[in-house]
Amino acid sequence: MSDRVSFTIDGTRVEAFRSQSIMDAAMESGVYIPRLCHVPGLDPWGSCRVCTVKVNGRFSTACTQPAMTGLTVENDTEELNDLRRDLVEMLFVGGNHFCMSCEKSGNCELQAMGYRLGITAPLHPYLHPDRDVDASHPDIMLDHNRCILCARCVRTSRDLDGKQVFDFVNRGSDRRIAIDPGARLKDSDADVTDRALDACPVGALLRKREGFRVPVGEREYDHVAIGEEDGVDPVSDLWDES
Amino acid sequence: MNPVLQTDTERIVIEPVTRVEGHGKVTIHRDAEGRVAQARLHIVEFRGFERFIQGRPYWEMPVAVQRLCGICPVSHHLCAAKAVDLLVGGESLTPTAEKIRRLMHYGQFFQSHALHFFHLASPDLLFGFDADPVDRNVLGVAAAHPELARQGILMRKWGQEIIQATAGKKVHGTGAIPGGVNRSLTREERDTLRAPVSHMLTWAREALELARGYTLENLPDVGHFGDFESNYLALVRADGAMDIYDGELRAIDPRGEILLQEPDSQRYLDVIAEEVRPWSYMKFPYLKPLGPEEGWYRVGPLARVNACDFIDTPEAEEARQEFKGLAGGGPVHHTMAYHWARMIELLHCAEVIQRLLDDDDLLGAELRTEGPRRRREGVGILEAPRGTLFHHYRVGDDDLVTRCNLIVSTTSNNEGMNRSVTQVAKQRMEGVDRITEGMMNEVEVAIRAYDPCLSCATHALGQMPLIVELVDEGGDVLDRRARSGGS
Ligand code: SF4
Ligand code: FES
Repeated sequence: MSDRVSFTIDGTRVEAFRSQSIMDAAMESGVYIPRLCHVPGLDPWGSCRVCTVKVNGRFSTACTQPAMTGLTVENDTEELNDLRRDLVEMLFVGGNHFCMSCEKSGNCELQAMGYRLGITAPLHPYLHPDRDVDASHPDIMLDHNRCILCARCVRTSRDLDGKQVFDFVNRGSDRRIAIDPGARLKDSDADVTDRALDACPVGALLRKREGFRVPVGEREYDHVAIGEEDGVDPVSDLWDES
Repeated sequence: MNPVLQTDTERIVIEPVTRVEGHGKVTIHRDAEGRVAQARLHIVEFRGFERFIQGRPYWEMPVAVQRLCGICPVSHHLCAAKAVDLLVGGESLTPTAEKIRRLMHYGQFFQSHALHFFHLASPDLLFGFDADPVDRNVLGVAAAHPELARQGILMRKWGQEIIQATAGKKVHGTGAIPGGVNRSLTREERDTLRAPVSHMLTWAREALELARGYTLENLPDVGHFGDFESNYLALVRADGAMDIYDGELRAIDPRGEILLQEPDSQRYLDVIAEEVRPWSYMKFPYLKPLGPEEGWYRVGPLARVNACDFIDTPEAEEARQEFKGLAGGGPVHHTMAYHWARMIELLHCAEVIQRLLDDDDLLGAELRTEGPRRRREGVGILEAPRGTLFHHYRVGDDDLVTRCNLIVSTTSNNEGMNRSVTQVAKQRMEGVDRITEGMMNEVEVAIRAYDPCLSCATHALGQMPLIVELVDEGGDVLDRRARSGGS
């Protein structure tokens, strides 16, 4: 049996290895499927659902769905982009995202995704959850207000830094990133050089005292929409270095 | 404090105040004989801000505080940056950082003063206070004096372009960071900004002439808008020159004698205290050595021109000398002279911007200073277009803000505005049953001279309706007059 498979995304033929996900195959072929929790090089996680596509007429997350011969994948359709807009909007209203004073503004994937999908003012009500900031570490800060629970820090710390600084606790709307239950960043072996710090798509996990050093106009998404970046995916720069 | 005449007074309520940013409400308290007992300006302030930034990291402050005000965000941006400089050991900035910040600040001043003059003040100055409100607005100015309106727009645009080049954006930029700035100018950017300088100087001279001429011509008539002695507070450079970005706090008394001059901004609480009055959310700051009764003061253009010993740009200095001649060299106390003083500053800003744009330090690459010293507390003081602005932050060991105190310019002018409104009311509203359009506008004119920013300007310019209510001591509305917005 050949280890190559072939299928279509929005009518375009795409080739992939049998072990690849639809997302990875699409990325290799230069087809953009919106995503937030997925980062090439890390195990898929499947939590944000922004990569939702239709596979043979059924909704599925592209980052977790294996590529197979004969699949018909719909991606850039009005129906799916509407759905994604709704999902991203819920991420906005479910946290406390004040882009105007956030140091990640312009470099934030959530904000950029909001722009790409045409979100202006959310239609859902803001939940204004009561969340805190862990600034106990001398050089690192974790602002739970902005965390979208994508687990990119969890996976990066574990798989690339060889540590286990982050994990999840609680369920449902109480779910949150934790160090060890009850512990704070200063009690962990997190270090300012950890690659986990670069993995965060939003302004939740940050190096202290660096905010706003990059001027407006020179930030990642000041001139290009997310998904339209030239060549290299910004988030995979990390892995290129390693 | 004067007792409130609760039982035998009637109240005239003017709400909100048009062409003043944010909303305000004026109540005029009269006694049973119809005499004006007291007038009060109630200001709806952006409350809860101090709480909003508690628990946030200090490097976020210069950007976060811009939410305070839709009209002078740059002043808050820079004032917070000056405060947090001290937390990172950035007491003295690189020449590039200092000059980029100054350029941003003078650009903001220039556009704010131009906006106030052309959009908010010129309708009154050109048409008179009793003119039909249909004409007495910025559209009326545009129709009758198209060239003037065009200049106003272009001056404002130039100021905004300076802000954009230095802060990254026209509003809510990020240019100033703890210990410096995040960008300098390219040669092209600098040259683009420099191109219209001579026009700006010409137009600023003309605007100054208009305000000067108006004030001199109408001096006998404008007295009732607030013609009273007061103390004045402003920053001055150590040598006594006007300096709107940095300097020493100087207070002068009504005769122009220096009451105090505090070289260390970190010690502002030694010289300023704030009084709370039950009927207003706004505090009333006063000079500590004089106490709450005697220590109230005014800030803003009039205070700055009165308090400095000189202005270090030639044309503005010449204008200052003529201005001070009005009062034989002492402080000028006419409230309506704020307009003239504001235009002296407009010209000064154009002169300073010209000087800065000729300085190659703006193109430098050394943007940030950080010293080893990391204080836990920092105070920033600067002159915002409307007056002295104070930002004071305390941070914990974890870099998060634990306390902050802000004194905004409008707060400092609180007492002065109340006195001006009282003076107008005493002259125009004694014994009347109905409030005419002219009376309503005169109250506004008095307030507008101070250019107050009454809240986080959520309203579009001039879009607010005006409602006037005459209420008797029992709370019944005797007369109600409303006019729609747009003036
Ligand atoms: S801290 Fe950042 S990387 Fe980690 S889960 Fe939250 S949003 Fe994702
Ligand atoms: S990218 Fe697939 S679920 Fe988040």
